[in-house]
Amino acid sequence: MLESNKSRAIDKHLFTWPDRNPALLGSRCSACDAHAFPPAPSCTRCGASEVAVVELPRRGTLWAWTIQRFMPKEPYHSSETQETFRPYGVGYVELPGALRVESRLTENDPGKLRIGQEVELIVYVHRTEADGTRVMNYAFQPVAAEARK
Amino acid sequence: MRVAIVGIGMHPFGRTPERTGLQQGAYAARQALASAGVQWQDMQFGYGGSYSSGNADALGNELGLTGVPFTNILNACATGGSSLLSACKEIQSGAAEIGLVAGFDKHDRGAFNAHPSEYGLGDWYGEVGFMLTTQFFAAKIQKYMHDHGITADALARVAAKAYRNGALNPNAWRRSPISLEEIKNSQMVNDPLTKYMFCSPSEGGVALVVCREDIAHRYSDKPVFVAAAAMRTRLSGAFEVYGTSVALDNVPNASEQASKAAYEMAGMGPKDIRIAALQDTEAGAEIMHMAENGFCAHGEQEEMLRNGDTAITGRLPVNTDGGCLANGEPIGASGLRQIHEMVLQLRGEAGARQVPGNPRTGYTHVYGAPGISAVTILQR
Repeated sequence: MLESNKSRAIDKHLFTWPDRNPALLGSRCSACDAHAFPPAPSCTRCGASEVAVVELPRRGTLWAWTIQRFMPKEPYHSSETQETFRPYGVGYVELPGALRVESRLTENDPGKLRIGQEVELIVYVHRTEADGTRVMNYAFQPVAAEARK
Repeated sequence: MRVAIVGIGMHPFGRTPERTGLQQGAYAARQALASAGVQWQDMQFGYGGSYSSGNADALGNELGLTGVPFTNILNACATGGSSLLSACKEIQSGAAEIGLVAGFDKHDRGAFNAHPSEYGLGDWYGEVGFMLTTQFFAAKIQKYMHDHGITADALARVAAKAYRNGALNPNAWRRSPISLEEIKNSQMVNDPLTKYMFCSPSEGGVALVVCREDIAHRYSDKPVFVAAAAMRTRLSGAFEVYGTSVALDNVPNASEQASKAAYEMAGMGPKDIRIAALQDTEAGAEIMHMAENGFCAHGEQEEMLRNGDTAITGRLPVNTDGGCLANGEPIGASGLRQIHEMVLQLRGEAGARQVPGNPRTGYTHVYGAPGISAVTILQR
């Protein structure tokens, strides 16, 4: 595999990238204030076409979760094989004042996941392409005790 | 005017390598026609659907190409409910007196692998590993257990009941009881749900002959009437399958919306229902759907399951034919399977799994991606 420093977001509408302090992107309806993630072209609540793209809060709380224990079939696309597949957490994270977003979780140990726990956004390498380009995705990780305010 | 169900037919669910999905649909259709004493040529319309086995109007290749106006319905897990709903409207409009509703399917083994573009989602959604309905149901029951004190024991009780009921149903796929311990200790798939708490894609076919209420006696001495048939799709911000986000305020989901509409249409409430068939894609779904369809308060399911209230001999039998857990889910046929079972129960012809006391009302509910639900209320 070629050495490369190239990276790209798995979808450019999801989060700010490249960015030292990335944030998820959402939309906020100018008429009814409803949020959406990823940004929606128009408001799915009231139908208004004027929506603003906004950065969503980087920290939130875990609202619901599960662990994906088997490797999904296509369209799943990672660099993993059946042998290297590592179960991953999937959850909904409540972002204060905005909405709850579906996200992968960095933690896959059910004993370390708790509804209501504080989590923060990270961006990780989801797969590496043949030319070495790293394809980045977002996830939430538990906030370490010492980092809590 | 109500619509009457005067003929029913079913191809056993499970795995039938020697028959295509379409042939299983035709088998069910022939049985339904024969049970109403009518010919395919007598049908004034057809509605039907399949997800993986081609257009339902290809039934004409098996049954005869009669020129019948046949409309293909493709509406995810609500395919059967939507077909019946369309048939009811066709009859109620006065356009036709009698017609056929059919659903069949034959799926590959393993989880469905739907594509995000079918749901208006970006490719990323599938690539990162979210395109699995099982994750949604698992995350939803995980939260539900946290909020309402439901335990893993209740999940196992739902699954054990399904396999127990399936063992009494000659058309079911899973026909062996499985113990609570075996269910709990089977492989964890999506926490908190184990392998035996999930249904699998399968095969099967179901058909109904439906007609105007006032001519039902010509075809059946035990007609069952459709008191309500309602279908709803998701509202913005609700917590639904393949939802990238959920609003902070709690928006009613598609099941709650469809249920409310059906009760209003029938002029009935949950207390008027004797038997229920509720979507049990996995064990947690049945528990949550009990409350979402008005049959109990959130959290009461734990005690109801311990008491056996939802067993065939209980006060509100749920999924008397074994549900999706024991029958698997051939998408096009699954909703009609519930209706087939309810017709048998209301006619008093459900054999070893007959609900005692001459039940008069039954309720059916399906739910699926991406937040679609269909409910019917049937009575005799």
